[in-house]
Amino acid sequence: MKRAFLTVFGAVIMLAAIVHAGYAQTSADPTAAANGYVNAPRPWQMWFPAAGSPMQAQIDWLMKYVLWIMTGVVVFVAILMAYVFIRFNAKANPVPSHLTHNTLIEFVWLFIPTVLLVIIIIPSLNLIWYEGDTSNPYMTVTVTGHQWYWEYNYQSVPGLDYTSYMIPDDKLLPGDIRRLSVDHPMVLPVGEKIKFDITSGDVLHGFYLPSLGVQKYAIPGTIQTSWTLINKPGIYFGQCNQICGINHDAMPIEIKAVPLADYLAWTKVAQSNYSENNVSPVPVTSPAEQKLADAAVSK
Amino acid sequence: MSFTAHDDHALPSDAHAHDEHGHAKPGFVRRWLMSTNHKDIGTLYITMAFIGACTGGMLSEIMRQQLMYPHNTIITSGAAWNAIITAHGLIMIFWFVMPALIGGFGNWFVPMMIGAPDMAFPRLNNMSFWFLAMGFIFVLLGLTLGTGAGAGWTLYPPLDNAQYSPGLATDFALFSLHLAGISSLLGAINFIATILNMRAPGMTMFKMPLFCWSILVTAFLLLLAIPVLAGAVTMLIMDRNFGTSFFEPAGGGDPVLFQHLFWFFGHPEVYIMILPAFGIVSHVVSTFSKKPIFGYLGMVYAMVVIGFVGFVVWAHHMFVSGISDDSRVYFEVATLVIAVPTGVKVFSWIATMWGGSIEFKTPMLWAIGFIFLFVIGGATGVVLANAGLDQELHNDYFLIAHFHYVLSMGATFGVFAGFYYWIGKMSGHQYPEFWGKVHFWSFFIGVNLTFFPQHFLGLAGMPRRYPDYPDAFAGWNFVSSVGSIISGLSTLIFFYILVRVFTSKQKLPDNYWGDGATTLEWAVPSPAPHHTFEDVPVIR
Repeated sequence: MKRAFLTVFGAVIMLAAIVHAGYAQTSADPTAAANGYVNAPRPWQMWFPAAGSPMQAQIDWLMKYVLWIMTGVVVFVAILMAYVFIRFNAKANPVPSHLTHNTLIEFVWLFIPTVLLVIIIIPSLNLIWYEGDTSNPYMTVTVTGHQWYWEYNYQSVPGLDYTSYMIPDDKLLPGDIRRLSVDHPMVLPVGEKIKFDITSGDVLHGFYLPSLGVQKYAIPGTIQTSWTLINKPGIYFGQCNQICGINHDAMPIEIKAVPLADYLAWTKVAQSNYSENNVSPVPVTSPAEQKLADAAVSK
Repeated sequence: MSFTAHDDHALPSDAHAHDEHGHAKPGFVRRWLMSTNHKDIGTLYITMAFIGACTGGMLSEIMRQQLMYPHNTIITSGAAWNAIITAHGLIMIFWFVMPALIGGFGNWFVPMMIGAPDMAFPRLNNMSFWFLAMGFIFVLLGLTLGTGAGAGWTLYPPLDNAQYSPGLATDFALFSLHLAGISSLLGAINFIATILNMRAPGMTMFKMPLFCWSILVTAFLLLLAIPVLAGAVTMLIMDRNFGTSFFEPAGGGDPVLFQHLFWFFGHPEVYIMILPAFGIVSHVVSTFSKKPIFGYLGMVYAMVVIGFVGFVVWAHHMFVSGISDDSRVYFEVATLVIAVPTGVKVFSWIATMWGGSIEFKTPMLWAIGFIFLFVIGGATGVVLANAGLDQELHNDYFLIAHFHYVLSMGATFGVFAGFYYWIGKMSGHQYPEFWGKVHFWSFFIGVNLTFFPQHFLGLAGMPRRYPDYPDAFAGWNFVSSVGSIISGLSTLIFFYILVRVFTSKQKLPDNYWGDGATTLEWAVPSPAPHHTFEDVPVIR
C-alpha cells in the first residue's frame, strides 16, 4: 500500500516536473521562432524591404509597374532633348524655322499620356480597395501612439496592454539594432489577418511598417484601421512617421511574428507578466532631455 | 510684335531717378522704404529672396551636416532639430521662391511686358513688400524663441497646440504666415488688376507674353487659396490662445480638419511656386532657340487647367490621415489628371527647340536643366499620386526627394534662369558667361547628388524629419550630405558672380540677347529706366 502510494506520488511528481519543465521551456521564450529572420534596413539599400506581407508584395509589384512606365517617359524626354541639342544647336542649324503649330502632334501628346494614365490607374485602384479591406480579421491589436513610445492592447487577450520603448543607444545588447530594437516588441501570429486599430494619446504619430506595407496616422480622438498578414516568422520593424515632438525619431516599432501556437503560448505568459505591471518601461531620453520635456509639458 | 512709343530716357536707374515730371531726386528713405515704383519694389523682393535663400540654405546645410553620419552630434536636441526643419521649409517657400518669382520678377517685368507704366496699385505694392519683410522677422522669432516652432512647415495640430508647443515661438511662426499671406493676397489683387486692365492697346489677352499669363494664373490661385490658409492659421491661433477647440478632439474638434484646410491652400501653393517658373522657362527657351513658343494657346490652356485642377486634389497629401477609400480613389485620379497639361508644356518646350537655332548660354542651361529635372520630379509625383503606393511612401525620403526635385531643381532653376536672363536688364551689367556656366554645372551636380540618393532612402523606409537614423541608412545619407556641400560651394560661386555683375563696367544694349528676345522689356534700355512706358505704346 505504501509502495503503491509512493509510486503514484513519485509519478505525479515526475509528471508535474515534466509538465513544468515543458512549460518552462516554452515560457522561457515563446517568441524564439522569430529570431531566425530579421527584416531590417540594409546598408546601401535601393529598394523596398523584402515583402513580409501580401500587401507589401502588391505594393512592390505596382511600384515596379509604375516606375517602368515613368522611367520610359523620362528616358524618352531625355532622348528627345539630346537629339534636339545635337541637331538644332546654333552651329548645326543657323537658320531657325518658324514652326509653332502642328495639330497632329498636339493631339498625340494629349492622347498618349492619357492612355498611360489609364494604364496606371486600373491596377492602382485595386490596391486601394485591398488596403482598405479590414474585414474578418483573426485578431485586433489597438495601437496607441504616445510621446514617445507605442502602446499595444490585444483586444482578444484580457489585460494584455503594454508599452514599447526604443532601447537607448547606451543600453543596446548584442543582436539589438540601434534605433529600431525595443524593450517589448509586439508579438503576432504568422499567417493570420491582423487588424490594427490605431489611435493616439496625445499628438499625431505615424504607425509605419515598411516591410509590411502598413502606414496610418495615429490621431487622437479617432481610431484608424489598417491590417496586415505576415508571411513568415521573423522580426519586422517600423518607425514613427509623423512628427510628434523632440523624440520623434526614437519611437520605433518592433514586431515578432511567430507560428500561431507559439503566439498563443506567448499570450499566456505576457498576460500574467504585463497585466501585473511587472515590466517597467525603459525611458529613451537622457535626464537633461527629460527635464526639458517635463518643463515644456508642465508650463 | 511691334510697337511705337516715345523715347524713354536712357538713364541708369540706380544713379538718378530724375525724370521729365520735375520730381526732385528721392532720398534713400523715400526711394527704398516708401517706394511706389514696380522696378524698385521688384528689387526689394529679389533682395528679400536672396536673404531668404541664404537663411533657408544655411539651415539646410546644418541639417545635412547632422544627417551626414548616424548618431551625429551637430544638433543634439530634438527640439532644435524640429525648429530648424520647420524654419527651413517656411523660409524657402515664403521668403525665397515666392518673393523671387512673383514679387521680384513679376513686379519687374509684368508691367513692362504689357506696356504699362507701373502696377495698378503702386502703394499697395509697397505695402505687400513690407508685410513680407515683417513676416521674415516673425519667422526668425519662431525659430529662435524658446525651443522654437517645431511642428514642421505643415504645422499640424495637436503638436502645435498650446499644450504641446507652449510659448511664443509657434505663435510667431503662425503670425508670420498671416503677414506673408496678406502680402501675397494684396500682390495677387494688384497683378490681376494690372494684367486685366492695363495692357497696352492692341495687346489682347492672347497676345500677352506667357510669363504674364503664368503670373495671372498664379495670382488667381493666391487669391483663392491664401484666405483658406489664413482661416486655418487663425483657427489654430485661437485654439492656442483663446480656448477654442477647432482641432481639439476633447472639445469636439478634429485635427484632420486642419489638414484639409491647410492642404486646400497647400496644394495650390505648390503650383503658385512653379507656374511663374514655367513662364520664365517659356521666355528663355524661345529666346535662345530664336523661335516663338510652340503652341502658345496650348501653353495658356495648360497653365489655366493646371491652376484649376490644382484646387481639387489637396487630399493626396492626406492619403494616410483616415480619408475613405472612395476619397483616395478620387484624389488619386484627379491628381494624375494634372500630368496631362504638364506634359503638354514639356513637349511644347521641346517642340519650340525643335527646328530652332539653339545657343547654350547660361539662362538656357538653367531652362533646359529645369525641363529635364522637373520631368524627373513629376515622374516621382505620378508614383506618389497612387494612393496604394503612397501608403508605403508617405512622409518618407521618397517624398522629400520628389518635392526637392520639383522645388530645388524646378522652381530654383527657374529663379536662376530668370536671374541670368534679366540681370542685365535690371542692373545694366551682365554676368560673366564662363562663371555662369560653372555655377550652373556645380549646382546641377550638387543638387542631384543631394536628392537622387534620397529616393533610395525612402524606398528603404527612412522617415522624414529625423535627426538620427538606423545605421543601415548611413551610406546614402553620407552621399546626400556630400552633395549638399557641393551645392553650398556652388552658391559661393554665385556670390562671386554677383560681385562681378555689380562691378562690371560693360555697357549693355537694349536687347542684349538678339532676335530671339521679342517681348517689350527688350525694347527699353538696359538697365531699364526708372519709369518706362509712361506714354502708352500701341501694339500692332
